[in-house]
Amino acid sequence: MRIYAWLVYFFLYMPIAVIVAFSFNSGRYAADFQGFSFAWYGRALANPFVTKALVNSLIVASVTAVLSVILGTTAALALERLRGKLRAVFDSLIYVAIMVPGVVIGIATLVALASVFDAVNSLMASLWPAAWGSAPRAGLGYGSIIAAHTLYTLSLVILVVRSRLVGMDHSLVEASADLYSTPFNTFRTITLPQLLPAIAAGFLLSFTFSFDDFIIAFFVAGPNTTLPIFVFSSIRRGVTPEINAIGTMILGVSLILLFTVQVLLRDKRQGNAAEAA
Amino acid sequence: MTAALATSNEGRRKSVVTALLLAPTALWFFVLLILPMLVIIVFSLGERGPVGGYQAALTLKQYASLGSRLAAFKNTIMLAPAGTLISVLVAYPLAYFLAVKVSPRWRYGLLVLVVLPFWTSLLVRTYAWMFILSGKGLPALLAAIGFPEIQMINTPFAVLLGIVYAYMPLMVLPIFVSLEKLDKRLLDAAADLGSSPLRSFLTVTLPLSLPGVVTGSLLVFILLMGEFLIPSLLGGGKIFFIGNALVDLFLQSRNWPLGAAMSLTLVIVMLVLITLYVRLTMAASAGKSRSLP
Repeated sequence: MRIYAWLVYFFLYMPIAVIVAFSFNSGRYAADFQGFSFAWYGRALANPFVTKALVNSLIVASVTAVLSVILGTTAALALERLRGKLRAVFDSLIYVAIMVPGVVIGIATLVALASVFDAVNSLMASLWPAAWGSAPRAGLGYGSIIAAHTLYTLSLVILVVRSRLVGMDHSLVEASADLYSTPFNTFRTITLPQLLPAIAAGFLLSFTFSFDDFIIAFFVAGPNTTLPIFVFSSIRRGVTPEINAIGTMILGVSLILLFTVQVLLRDKRQGNAAEAA
Repeated sequence: MTAALATSNEGRRKSVVTALLLAPTALWFFVLLILPMLVIIVFSLGERGPVGGYQAALTLKQYASLGSRLAAFKNTIMLAPAGTLISVLVAYPLAYFLAVKVSPRWRYGLLVLVVLPFWTSLLVRTYAWMFILSGKGLPALLAAIGFPEIQMINTPFAVLLGIVYAYMPLMVLPIFVSLEKLDKRLLDAAADLGSSPLRSFLTVTLPLSLPGVVTGSLLVFILLMGEFLIPSLLGGGKIFFIGNALVDLFLQSRNWPLGAAMSLTLVIVMLVLITLYVRLTMAASAGKSRSLP
């Protein structure tokens, strides 16, 4: 059984290790390991399309993470106080937003935004004074990627923050209220510090999701190519060692962030482990 | 009476705060989830425009022509359930090992290691298999030690491998949860009554962990139906999932109404499965806060 478990772990990590190992290979192919070199990293980072896509991805992921944390945390706090039908509606929306596949989210967002932009642009064009030149046009770009990513990640933040809220010690909140603290002060000094690890974890998960997502961005990115879109279109043109280097960087970013998430949420898990023991 | 008035005022203030906290998220869900779905419904009743896109109409003919496309999904219909089944077979022993055999000290660390890859880029992980299975990779290595050259990439086998690799971690989690919750005293009781370990497993452990298997399978199956990357990269465009058909309809052949009808059908099938999934997780983890998928 132990051997079986080792085999599964090997299966899970071997392909990742292969990509990392071959990103340092000076030869071109998997079956052709020639020697250690950073050459492919140099090639990748010297490519202006790669750096532009990387910058786009970082912008999108950062804004998505900030927005998701704000929206998700406030929504989680509000949903805690909510009961009945409205609560059930929101709970189902959260599940739907998380489980509907990216393809459908991407398509639906694309179609809806295309219709909205058509209407807005023709309205703007008809209202815009001809003397000012041509009217500004709304279109796909950062905004549409961020909006579509945030739908998924804010739902994720709600789930993470909510599970922390449920496990929170409410006697402190009551004590604070008994001692005549205003609700806002209680929130600031008692609730928020206790929620902070969950909020930070939600931030990092949102960043990771947005940074890694290909399929949603593929539909709604418009002219703003993100790193996964760049990687996908390069793969279509053929496997090159440069992709190994970019892939290793992408994996590195997400693994570091995910490790931090684990550390942040650790005390909760240890609680579970103790309970299980 | 003053007290009652104060309480009702406070109650009103509280609900105003709640509404304000919830408003931005409600707006987000409306504009980016509900509204797009409504647009998809309208589009699915329309007709394809002369240069693609959408032309207003009120017809059900898109839904009628869904059947003709079903032939293209022969692979999906085989591969998605097969991938789900293999994932269960791979994940169950591992979940059992982690939940029952490993000491609690290591248990969560090892579980995290299983789920961790799931949260990293699917694109890069799928590309890794493409790199390994492509002609210059594993087949070349095998040929070098005397095996005949075999085609690995762009086969149903490669797609299946990619699917199991990508989604198996998701299957481990719910099975683990159901096994960990299992009351060990039941097994002691079975042993005291003379049951063999195998019999105890088959009559006690397996039935009690079945909800975990079912939730895991639903979750994986739901995600698989919309999968695009794995068939596209490892199947070489020959193996079509619904996700691939949707990308084709929207971005290449630009038949938006048919694509809309297909998305909507997919979403409806999914809603049914998600409802089932939520019911089952609620029943399985009643009282315990749900861990993340």
